[in-house]
Amino acid sequence: MAVNPQKPGSDALRSFELKAASFTLPIIRLLDENVEAVAARLGAKVEKAPDFFRNTPVVIDLTALPSNSGAVELPLLVGLLRGYGMIPFGVRGGDKEQHATAEALELAVLRESYVRRDRSPEDPKGSDATETAVEVEVPASSVPIKTLAPVRRPNQGFMLVTRPVRSGQRVYAAGGDLTVSAAVSSGAELMADGNIHVYGPLRGRALAGMNGNTEARIFCQDLQAELVSIAGHYRVSENIPIELRGVPVQIFLDQKLLRIEKL
Amino acid sequence: MARIIVITSGKGGVGKTTTSAALAMGLAQRGKRTVVIDFDVGLRNLDLIMGCERRVVYDFINVINQEANLNQALIRDKRCDHLYVLPASQTRDKDALTKEGVGRVLEELAQSYDFIVCDSPAGIEHGATMAMYYADDAIVVTNPEVSSVRDSDRMLGILSSRSRRAENSDEPVREFLLLTRYNAERVEIGEMLSVEDVQEILSLNLLGVIPESKAVLNASNSGIPVILDRESDAGQAYGDVVSRYLGEEVPHRFIHTEKKGFLSRIFRG
Repeated sequence: MAVNPQKPGSDALRSFELKAASFTLPIIRLLDENVEAVAARLGAKVEKAPDFFRNTPVVIDLTALPSNSGAVELPLLVGLLRGYGMIPFGVRGGDKEQHATAEALELAVLRESYVRRDRSPEDPKGSDATETAVEVEVPASSVPIKTLAPVRRPNQGFMLVTRPVRSGQRVYAAGGDLTVSAAVSSGAELMADGNIHVYGPLRGRALAGMNGNTEARIFCQDLQAELVSIAGHYRVSENIPIELRGVPVQIFLDQKLLRIEKL
Repeated sequence: MARIIVITSGKGGVGKTTTSAALAMGLAQRGKRTVVIDFDVGLRNLDLIMGCERRVVYDFINVINQEANLNQALIRDKRCDHLYVLPASQTRDKDALTKEGVGRVLEELAQSYDFIVCDSPAGIEHGATMAMYYADDAIVVTNPEVSSVRDSDRMLGILSSRSRRAENSDEPVREFLLLTRYNAERVEIGEMLSVEDVQEILSLNLLGVIPESKAVLNASNSGIPVILDRESDAGQAYGDVVSRYLGEEVPHRFIHTEKKGFLSRIFRG
């Protein structure tokens, strides 16, 4: 994995143009530099939703730590996250010393185009803290593709859900397809890096191609969704024509336009 | 070993406490040793519905904090020997319910009862999650209107991920739907969701439909579980619910408006 230790933009013109892409990624926002305390709370979180974290790329957010807290033991934390099946691949925030440690661990130092400071610090970790539409810029490094390697893992697997997905539940199939053979309630959220297939009524949200894969599609038997999205191109219920509601459809991107077609 | 039943809904005012009282009384009348626990700490109501509010000395929180033992806190119902009530504390808040404390009390009760009915508070916060955590069965009380249905759906999601059975990857909690305050006439003219509409959204095993009835309010006001009012439609419907819960096949009633309209029209006057 590549590292971008340079000051942002300073070296960007040399051999590559700076490109930006956005991903939705879980962020582990550290509030406590004591890794053991983090481990205890994280363990409890992961136990509740082990599938959510498995093979999930995560970013370690150091912005909330007091400055001069260089003592945070990144190697320990990275080992901890990997132990839970997560794929830590970058840090954001932090000081120079932490960046050096990250570099040594082959973690990317992510520069952000904006920092949201309005999040409540009470619940920094876990599934509830997934930030949507976090801008993660690809560092202008010599091997930009590799930086994304952990995010793009095609054919890594799929996830099958046979029980109804209830309002307030979210399911994320990282690195693959998601198939739901039951109903998806309004207020529920399906996410997949690959395609999404729903065989019961789809009344919640479905977001396919979470890692930016514009080839991803959503297939469903009964479209009543609140929102559908492919690689960030979305449409809300209000903008779905009535004749496409309640029938089997596929949803895909055609020249960056979200299209819904009867099956 | 007792079976722990949670009566839950998410939304308030849908009939959880009425259902808890009726179900507990119904089970006890059939000879099952039953205890009904009020988890609505701070907003105690079950004692009123059960008509034992003047006999409360110690409560659930006292037992959790080991300030009293179970026998001191349990109130025996005067109408049925097999039924006991464990009231909530009115002076504390939900935080007094600890997972260990609740677990210990339930375990002790499980030694000597067949059924433990947990009357959950509204909401999805601590009190409600404590009420459902140890459940074996969940009865989700829903009114035929969209906000109640959505809240029930949310509650079902929490049940399937945050109960003890889910955390231990045991056999999941058995979930049942109970539709209350159902008005067949308003359903017929499209003012209320039908049983089918709700079933389509929640896809749950239907335990029963309780019609909207004056008998419910009357029963609550006089502290008599409505199931004891055998003349009333709601009382009969709750009787059916208890039978169905115990595995009997009972046809659903009170779902459609009475068909006698046709005959009475012919023989009118």
